[in-house]
Amino acid sequence: MVPLWAYLLLSGFLFIVGVVGVATRRNALIIFMSIELMLNAVNLTFVAFSRFLHSLDGHVFVFFVMTVAAAEVVVGLAIIIALFRNMETVNVDEIHLLKG
Amino acid sequence: MEWALFLTFALLAGAAAVGMVLQRSPIYSALCLILTFFAQAGLYVLLHAQLIAFVHIIVYAGAIMVLFLFVIMLLDLRPEDHPPVRFGQAGMLLGLILAALLLAELALGIGPRIILGSQGSYDLETLRMLGNTQAVGRILFREYLVPFELTSLILLTAMIGAMVLAKRRPE
Repeated sequence: MVPLWAYLLLSGFLFIVGVVGVATRRNALIIFMSIELMLNAVNLTFVAFSRFLHSLDGHVFVFFVMTVAAAEVVVGLAIIIALFRNMETVNVDEIHLLKG
Repeated sequence: MEWALFLTFALLAGAAAVGMVLQRSPIYSALCLILTFFAQAGLYVLLHAQLIAFVHIIVYAGAIMVLFLFVIMLLDLRPEDHPPVRFGQAGMLLGLILAALLLAELALGIGPRIILGSQGSYDLETLRMLGNTQAVGRILFREYLVPFELTSLILLTAMIGAMVLAKRRPE
């Protein structure tokens, strides 16, 4: 049986890839995809723990995370579309309205 | 056998995730992310979470990524909108620090005394008897009924927000 640490290691790796993606990429769409990757890494941790603790609470949390992720993507993509319509770019370095 | 499957899915998920961050064009990133999601669904099946695996494929690969691809194609970005990927030192540093922290936590948590504190009542035999979907549904609609109903509020808010944000304003 694959032990718990293997799943945790993979999930940590995916989370870090997501963090590096958010920190280094400048395309708003790819930043959003990296956030999705991080949420999924957390989901994997939930399911792995719930398997090894013989509990189903983790599965329920995964459902909630999925709901929040779906809502977040919908609003985020709407913001990206509105931004692109006004500024003709999805590069977050060129979007600096709040910097004055 | 289980290790072979785990390693296949894990390597696939990891490689596709790295590919997603490294790709220049968002459309290839999205395709890499879909590959990651499928590999992750395989891992869920390995963890005996069949319901989660299929909901994961339907929601992520089926709905969220289609939405992403739709928006990418709607925006109609030119190739010159995708500058080569540069990895600044700040991002790398952040990644390294976080990797070290997570590894340290993992090393602390691997001790069985910490992780496997109290066991729940849903072991494999119970799940096999009860059925995975039935068991999850029972717990979702009994113990987590209020949070479950509240998620409908999140979805409603997201729906209204998306319509308001993406609507073209009359001049």
